[in-house]
Amino acid sequence: MKQWLRYAGQTLAYVAFVALLGFFATAPAYDPIDPDAAMLKLSFMHVGQRKVECRKMSPDEIARLPPNMRLTLDCPRERLPVLVELELDGKLLSRRELVASGLSHDRASSIYQKFVVPPGRHQVTARLRDSARTDGFDYTRSTEVELRPRQNFVVDFHAESGGFSFH
Amino acid sequence: MLKQIRQAGPWLLARIEKLFSAAFTPAWNPLYHLGALTVFFFWVVVVSGVYVFLFFETSVTHAYESVEWLTHTQWYLGGVMRSLHRYASDAAVVTIGVHMAKEFIMGRYRGARWFSWFTGVPLLWLVFPLGITGYWLVWDQLAQYVAIASSELLDVLPIFSDPMARNFLTNESVSDRFFTLMAFLHLIGLPVFLLFAIWLHLLRISRPTVNPPLGLVVGSLSALTVLSLLRPALSQAPADFSQAPSGIGFDWFYLLAYPLLDYGSPALVWLVLVGSSTLLCLLPWLPPRRRAAAVVSLPNCNGCGRCVADCPYNAVSLAPRTDGLAYAEEAVVDAELCTACGICAGACPTSTPLRRRSELVPGIDLPGVPMRALRDWTLAAAVQPGGEPGARVLVYGCASGVNLAALRNSSVAVVELQCIAQLPPAFIDFVISRRHADGVFLLGCRANDCHFRLGVQWMDERLDGKRDPYLRARVPRERVATYWGGQVTQAEIATEINAFRARLRALGPYRPVPVTQATYEVAP
Repeated sequence: MKQWLRYAGQTLAYVAFVALLGFFATAPAYDPIDPDAAMLKLSFMHVGQRKVECRKMSPDEIARLPPNMRLTLDCPRERLPVLVELELDGKLLSRRELVASGLSHDRASSIYQKFVVPPGRHQVTARLRDSARTDGFDYTRSTEVELRPRQNFVVDFHAESGGFSFH
Repeated sequence: MLKQIRQAGPWLLARIEKLFSAAFTPAWNPLYHLGALTVFFFWVVVVSGVYVFLFFETSVTHAYESVEWLTHTQWYLGGVMRSLHRYASDAAVVTIGVHMAKEFIMGRYRGARWFSWFTGVPLLWLVFPLGITGYWLVWDQLAQYVAIASSELLDVLPIFSDPMARNFLTNESVSDRFFTLMAFLHLIGLPVFLLFAIWLHLLRISRPTVNPPLGLVVGSLSALTVLSLLRPALSQAPADFSQAPSGIGFDWFYLLAYPLLDYGSPALVWLVLVGSSTLLCLLPWLPPRRRAAAVVSLPNCNGCGRCVADCPYNAVSLAPRTDGLAYAEEAVVDAELCTACGICAGACPTSTPLRRRSELVPGIDLPGVPMRALRDWTLAAAVQPGGEPGARVLVYGCASGVNLAALRNSSVAVVELQCIAQLPPAFIDFVISRRHADGVFLLGCRANDCHFRLGVQWMDERLDGKRDPYLRARVPRERVATYWGGQVTQAEIATEINAFRARLRALGPYRPVPVTQATYEVAP
């Protein structure tokens, strides 16, 4: 093959290679969600109340324990599951009973859920039960929000701050 | 149908390789240096990455600014280095993909080659996280998407008690500690493991090629630099967790699986990734089964070590003598490493068909295609009636090339070998000096792309008197032709053979060189 033809072939190969790299390194652009939609996220970590309440031990029971392990209260580790509900405009988006993590179910219950919702004015309501009650909720919060396209609206929960927080 | 599909791959690949060889020459053909090119791109990534790191601030608040400064203010060096860092990483993914596809199409993953194939799979599991964590550090919209999506992916696994994705809920929840962890993984953790994995990948290959030819180094580096100048790698808008990223400039080389996460589920992504990796790992053991490994015949082995020197897979070694014969060592075959190429048998000095008094059993041989059978096939091929006197050709060809049977005619006989270097040069002497044919035509894989890595190179060196066993000087070289064409068309080979026959015709009948004039080579 003639030398110039060989160089032309090499140039063509290199151009094709860098064109492939240059294009697919950034294109085609990707939309994880519809750019005209908004994102609603429900996420928190919360330790439910104890499944069995702490009990005060009798002096006899305390005396039977090794000296270095003598406590006045007997507190079983297991935690209650946490029930959470999320409503958008009165419609239930999610209702989950979250089992406490850990082998003994003694750690936090957690959730991470996301929902693609239409932008506009919405009523967001979140409810949570972390006690042994059989009906109703221990925490409830509702808010009216104007969601913009692509807005990331987060529903979080911190018991120490009074319950649900909206970001 | 399956067989046709299996044959179509090598056929197509051969044509593509031929085009590249025409442009680059076989010595510089990038398709013959895919592994070495990948290693070269890795070094480009390392060097450019070190430079970028000098100006990089490992913090959520300043990472974006530092990358922007480097990209725009110091565009002439820092910006180019950043772009080289990205494009060399992408180029490595391309060469890895083509390398894998090529080895698969050519069936170079079975038998003893399982180790290199198998250890290539963990390499993938290191390369992709390395690229993904790199995008994470820029802390732009793409980084935001990658951080959230990767966290959601990892949260499905029962290894984290707390959802990792919670770290990226809001701008306030992002912490420097998490960012530092990513920086550590990208800058130190993964590259160190990757280097180790590359070493492991090449462990069982003798004389591995880790550096591409200079021409390819210059060409590919120049091409990447031009690309970096014309289309520099840029950051997108800074990460903002109050908004979902949209219209992201996506690196499809590294993030191809991520859309599955959005349009499927994290579990589906794991199913695809783990499922495909498992299948890749199991491929070497799926049917058809491997051929029998080479065996050593101790009474015929004097422990000369030629087979050890020629084995492309380190499958043969020397060990202290066990049979009491007066030699220090003997050849030992590790069946797990043997690809049954027969190169060792071709290198054995006892593999000579010229012996008359003893049976042809070399010191090392392939049970499936023994030397004795090779001699029988040679003799059988040579007695074809009706051949044109003075232009009869015996073709020795490797089984990895074209359909050899189709080349046969009254003047062209064919003997198939596992690899062209399975043929001891003594066979060429045998054919010509005994007038079994007027010329010998050797047909092998393309130079630099031998199916068994080194067969073509060893054969060339044997013919040139540079590698033991040599072709004897009494063999007229004009009666020996080589064609390292691999999977070229039948017509092309037929043309080459006809041209060779024309040269033989012009030479006239073979007349042996008188013994007194014959010279015997010594190693240069």
